[in-house]
Amino acid sequence: MTIVTTKALSKKFGKVTALDGVDLNVEEGEVYGFIGPNGAGKSTTIRILLGILQATSGSAQIFGKDVWQDAVEIHKRIAYVPGDVNLWENLTGGEVIDLFSKLRGKTNQKKKERLIEQFQLDPSKKCGTYSKGNRQKIALVAAFASEADLYILDEPTSGLDPLMERVFQECVHEAKRNGKSVLLSSHILSEVERLCDRIGIIRQGKIIESGSLSEMRHLTRSHFFVETKSSIPELGSQKGVHDVREEEGKLGFQVDTENLDQVMQYVSKFGITKLESKSPTLEDLFMRHYEKDSPNRGASS
Amino acid sequence: MNRQLFAQLGTIIKFQIRQNRWRFMIWGISLIFVTVLIASAFTGLYQTDLERQAIAETMENPAMTAMVGPGYGIDNYNNGAMMAHQMLLFTAIVFGIMSILLTSRHTRAEEEDGQIELVRALPVGRLTNLTATIIVLTGFNFLIGLVSGFSLFALQLEDIGLEGSLLYGFSLSAIGIFFVLFTAVFAQLSESSRGTVGFSIGFLLLFYLMRAIGDVSSEALALASPLGLVLRTEVYVNNIWWPLFVLLIQFILLFFFAFYLNKIRDVGAGFLPSKAGKRNATKSLLSPIGLNIRLQRTGIIAWAFAMFVLGISYGSVFGDLESFFANNDMLEQMLSSNTAYSLTEQFLTMLMVILAILSTIPTLILLMRMKKEEKKGRTEHLISRSVSKYRLLFSYTVLAFVSSIVMLGLAILGIWLASASVMEEPVAAGTFFEAGFIYLPAIWAMIGIGITLLGIFPRATSLIWLYVIYSFFTVYLGGLLDLPQWLLNLSVYGHIPQLPVENVEWFPLIVLVLITFALSIVGFTGFRKRDTLV
Repeated sequence: MTIVTTKALSKKFGKVTALDGVDLNVEEGEVYGFIGPNGAGKSTTIRILLGILQATSGSAQIFGKDVWQDAVEIHKRIAYVPGDVNLWENLTGGEVIDLFSKLRGKTNQKKKERLIEQFQLDPSKKCGTYSKGNRQKIALVAAFASEADLYILDEPTSGLDPLMERVFQECVHEAKRNGKSVLLSSHILSEVERLCDRIGIIRQGKIIESGSLSEMRHLTRSHFFVETKSSIPELGSQKGVHDVREEEGKLGFQVDTENLDQVMQYVSKFGITKLESKSPTLEDLFMRHYEKDSPNRGASS
Repeated sequence: MNRQLFAQLGTIIKFQIRQNRWRFMIWGISLIFVTVLIASAFTGLYQTDLERQAIAETMENPAMTAMVGPGYGIDNYNNGAMMAHQMLLFTAIVFGIMSILLTSRHTRAEEEDGQIELVRALPVGRLTNLTATIIVLTGFNFLIGLVSGFSLFALQLEDIGLEGSLLYGFSLSAIGIFFVLFTAVFAQLSESSRGTVGFSIGFLLLFYLMRAIGDVSSEALALASPLGLVLRTEVYVNNIWWPLFVLLIQFILLFFFAFYLNKIRDVGAGFLPSKAGKRNATKSLLSPIGLNIRLQRTGIIAWAFAMFVLGISYGSVFGDLESFFANNDMLEQMLSSNTAYSLTEQFLTMLMVILAILSTIPTLILLMRMKKEEKKGRTEHLISRSVSKYRLLFSYTVLAFVSSIVMLGLAILGIWLASASVMEEPVAAGTFFEAGFIYLPAIWAMIGIGITLLGIFPRATSLIWLYVIYSFFTVYLGGLLDLPQWLLNLSVYGHIPQLPVENVEWFPLIVLVLITFALSIVGFTGFRKRDTLV
């Protein structure tokens, strides 16, 4: 069953087009990664899904209901964590968690206590004294303590340390095990790679790529490190080879998947003594889409 | 003393002055300007001895003594005596508040934000920052006191001489410096800047109350308060200087106490245990309305208290009103178009519309808070959960309506209580409440306008304050300047029948209520339809 669907979703702020026909589907029980640079439209999409902004055109549904008309009904079953958590300075963290839980509906008290402990949060401090990471923990505890069916997480770990990030990832895994769906927008590509079943890449208000990570890898390049008996003078000019460089006597390069066969045959003529390959990371995928527009951004390493 | 403790003092002093130059300029100029303006306004308002003597009589009652301090030179209530008696205390309180805010900003607030840590990591002494703050702010207070004094003298008003003016200015400086040092002590004791400001303002209020009770019943209690002490200077009449020397001794004690505490503590630490907050929320917090009340609690209490005190202060002049009016041509001209009613009753109608407009201010602040919450991205927390947009706006609306009744009610209660205690034939409570509460439909219409702005024109919400100011001026000056009726009618308050001088007319009241309804519907619908501000 599809939990979130948007069709040709567009949003204009005055003359500026923030979203330009976004199609996005999140299936039941899956973790969907939503990636893109700042200003690409991730948060706008999420705010429309939450009924905070109204779409200019197109449709967006969660649980088969319209996100604007039935906002309150939908919100009873979702939990949201914003990237920039602004809280009320004179309330304590514990009070805010309780308030959020109450406003949403059902909350698992035991789980709340457990999460507070796992995230090492002191809920008796005023929100004004919390750091960014701690404010984020408040929102995360409130979200994961709730019995929601869909979690919408907008860059939820930008202020967390690596230990807490691991706690967060465990929370997402647990939600998935319980058959919940997650829409995770993130900058941290390794996190998305580890957590997400499917990924959508958004650029300038459009989804330019989507699918599972393995599906997407077909569209991209593989990394190789090779040592050969004799040197390979013409490697850089072979079709489909990119980014050739020498590292500690080894030769590193990338190959487009469709040219893999010819390139390997060519390289083997020089007598391979050692060959390492690495499947492309999400970062490579991501960079490939962006370096087209801005060559200065630097190629992937 | 160890010179290491004060390394780089000069540099930090220069830095603080530079950092604050605009802030000092604004505080300094406005305080001096207001002092001078009020002094010249006072002398213009009561031009003859007879008029001043009349106001002197209204000042001689316990309620006024509690408010502004004991009267002195009452037999010859000249310009200087009158101005100082009515203005010194309140101006001193403003100096105190200014000093508290500035001191806290440079001591505990900078420590909390980690700026002190950065500075202390440089070759800068341990006591340098505190010393620099005290020197800079003491100097600043001294300077504006001095300039105020000379400016008052420069006005060349009758009975406002050089010695009195300087004593007036230095009295203000003294209270300012007292609170610089007092706050410096609390900046050591408390762990947060909120706590520092909270404790200091709390003690400022306590000193005011001590003085109020002391001035009425116990001289010793009044002298224990710096505010009581400073009023014993009897500026412009007897020009007594010793209270300032007593304060000087207190400065020295506070100064060393603050230093001692600063020297023995760690950066970031305090002496008062910071109370751990609640781990869990109480039931009363767990709804949009509960959250609202909690967030605006301090403001609500402060405004309620202020409205009540305002009521009392207006009410306390009722005792000698008739003789006062008989002696003041200008006020009589403002009021005496209708001779069938006593001047007291006519004065009452004017008071009520002023109080109604003033109670509108906290009411609108409560309502318009939603804009701030929205801009800070905090309403998102609610509407992304199962709170509808209607319910969100409704929670602010309810609070505003309740506030309109409570704030106005407290002001009227204050007037009635004070007037009943000073008048020989008190006006019935019912008369006061009828004359006041009849303004509720006008306040509600203002709420309606506020809701419409929030719903349809969220970026233009401040327009409502222009309308409030417009209303205030037409009401306040309308009678005096003979403004045409249509200008008065542009204000919603202009349509309310003025009880008890006029009869109750239902038509405008009903129309205002209907307008409120219509505007609310428009605002709610608009809010539902529009995007949240981001």
